[in-house]
Amino acid sequence: MNTGYLRLRLILILTVVIAFGLLSPVPGTGASKLKVVTATSDLAALASEIGGDHIDVESIARGYQDPHFVEAKPSFLLKLRKADLLVVVGLQLEIGWLPPLITQSGNPRIQVSAAGYLDASDFAEILEKPTGVVTRAMGDVHPLGNPHYWLDPENGRRIAQGIQGKLAEMRPEDAGYFAQRFQAFSQRLTTQEKAWDEAMKPFHGLKVVSYHKSWPNFAKRFNLNVVGYIEPRPGIPPSPSHTLELIGMMQRDNVKLIMVEPYFDLKTPNSIASHTGAKVLVMLPSVGGEKEVSDYFKLFDYDIALLSKAVSTAH
Amino acid sequence: MRRLVVLVGLLVLAPGILGAQTNGNVEDRLKADEERIRALEEEIKALKTALAAVTSTAPMAGVQVPKPTPEVAAAPPPPAPETAAQQPVESPPPAQAPPTVAAAPVLPGESAGTLPVYGGASAAAKALNPDISVIGDFLGSAGKNPVRPGPSLEMHESEVGLQAIVDPYARADFFLSFGEEGVNLEEGYITFTSLPGGFVAKVGKMRAAFGKVNTLHNHVLPWTDRPLVTQNLVGGEDGIDDAGISVTRILPAPKNIFLEATAQVFRGDSSDVFKSNQGGELGLVGHLRGYKDLTDNTNVDLGFSYARGHNEAGSAYRTQLYGMDATLHWKPLRRSIYHSFIGRSELIWSEREQVGPVQQAFGFYTSGDYQLGRRWFVGGRYDRSERATNASLTDSGFSTILTYWPSEFSQIRGQYRFGRYADGREANELLFQFQFSLGAHGAHPF
Repeated sequence: MNTGYLRLRLILILTVVIAFGLLSPVPGTGASKLKVVTATSDLAALASEIGGDHIDVESIARGYQDPHFVEAKPSFLLKLRKADLLVVVGLQLEIGWLPPLITQSGNPRIQVSAAGYLDASDFAEILEKPTGVVTRAMGDVHPLGNPHYWLDPENGRRIAQGIQGKLAEMRPEDAGYFAQRFQAFSQRLTTQEKAWDEAMKPFHGLKVVSYHKSWPNFAKRFNLNVVGYIEPRPGIPPSPSHTLELIGMMQRDNVKLIMVEPYFDLKTPNSIASHTGAKVLVMLPSVGGEKEVSDYFKLFDYDIALLSKAVSTAH
Repeated sequence: MRRLVVLVGLLVLAPGILGAQTNGNVEDRLKADEERIRALEEEIKALKTALAAVTSTAPMAGVQVPKPTPEVAAAPPPPAPETAAQQPVESPPPAQAPPTVAAAPVLPGESAGTLPVYGGASAAAKALNPDISVIGDFLGSAGKNPVRPGPSLEMHESEVGLQAIVDPYARADFFLSFGEEGVNLEEGYITFTSLPGGFVAKVGKMRAAFGKVNTLHNHVLPWTDRPLVTQNLVGGEDGIDDAGISVTRILPAPKNIFLEATAQVFRGDSSDVFKSNQGGELGLVGHLRGYKDLTDNTNVDLGFSYARGHNEAGSAYRTQLYGMDATLHWKPLRRSIYHSFIGRSELIWSEREQVGPVQQAFGFYTSGDYQLGRRWFVGGRYDRSERATNASLTDSGFSTILTYWPSEFSQIRGQYRFGRYADGREANELLFQFQFSLGAHGAHPF
């Protein structure tokens, strides 16, 4: 009898809460700052270069996290439901986690192809678009091309310009501000690029091995020669036979650098290093990979400094 | 009657009309065929040149987008010979290597133009197809279970998923579950994503938002089976899965707490839990979910659920279900692909009216799953549940589970399961499972 009464009360409470919840007001979308949510920290860094203090930017993935395997946590929905603009990397990088978040956000503004949905890959130069038959025998292959394209500063410029266009479209009254900030960013990038190119010049054609295929754009831009991968196929963990093959190749070709993303285990890279005398570099593929790497420029500063230091000590 | 006459008339006339059309159009069709053959020939030619180009470079080499950074493209590739020599050794060839750039211009101007056109055309033809996936679930069992014996080898389920965006306002998801014989629409619903007021509505057949396990498809469970409490109180494998309407909304809450309410109305037919004996005996489900990130790596997820509907005993009898679920989730972001832990428990109370006294049954499970490495998971589960139709009977059991992932797209699992049933009989089983998925990369449920 008593428990029956309790249960009745429970139902009543649940009903009331749900009913009130369903009728509560929607998060405001007034004339305040534009709320921009990006899939990754790099896009957030670029967006804030353009948006300055006229927008609020938040990234879903952290810079030290593997962007393929972010979890679709409900707390991200709290950000997404209020967002005016969602910027994604695209090329199926976020396919394992972003689609359900977008669907569940209850936010019409950021649905795929809505006015507040921006796919940054539309602006960038994309490498490694597979031609011919694509199967998963190639591993977790991205059929639309390599999604780690932001690691070429020229792509950074293109993405920034794309974001500038979108922000100006959404806030025409601030278009001048965004255009000005883009110009400033672009100029600074040009200056920095000269310095980066200068720093990388001695290493043109340098042979390196990387853990995952994260670096094609970086390598192309700075003339590194990625000759092998620790993963036998993208997304497939290292196998003993492949590792042996890789060690053989590295010894034969005198490859002295192993680039590892911060979210991979260092056991295999270290063991390869001990067999080949190569150096393991934890290179950052994203802004925020380390605390001090807080913007897009510092990302390249960090990686290039790491590379040049490693090479100069090796020689 | 008039409709019937018209229909019969149409049926009689149809072949005549069609025949006349075909006779009249033979010449046109021949011409059209000729043109098609010509077009096909051209396409084959284009394909051949494309194939030659592809084999002359690397099989996976990306076709470089020609637009940007002319100075990089123009730069002579100094390490070209070495890289070319390495290619046979290194299985996925470095597509960004300079030789690819150098090799691309080998294509004569014309065929270089034709290749993307062909690819674009075929991609465009598929562009509007839904994402298709197939997930196979093969189950085997060894050992003894006198109460619920399973087949020794079974292609338990082949789930076909078809998912796409319908229009700017909605998306749709279909999951067809094929057994070894027979098909079942596991889910098929439209989701309205652009409703005002932050609402998300679903219409169709769907798994009800009652607790956690009920919402999950077989292939995302951390076990080969479902807990005893699901079997005894919530309709077993199919669970509460019914045609109806669902409305969900995120509720405002302080301190970054995620709070979400779901209200669902169903026809009232779900496995052996609910039965609509006559029209209008609708089933209702309500769910309230609270979630909070404790740290970047750890979070808690709590849920309260309620479901009601009529049952098989007849129109005069109702079943009500109350549920509580709690999940603790740990995943270190820097090593997220290597380690994680999920601890979960669901408590369910069932109140079933039937001939005789109302049966108030209770059941629960508690489980923990730890990821040891990139490919290995261990887990355990404790089960205990009374039976819905006779709450004085209690079944209990436990399982230990080991899972191996060759890749993200396949999974091998072994589970030892011990059960002690209400009548005193015991079960000792070794269950094993192979799961494999084809096609579109599905999202991982949280």
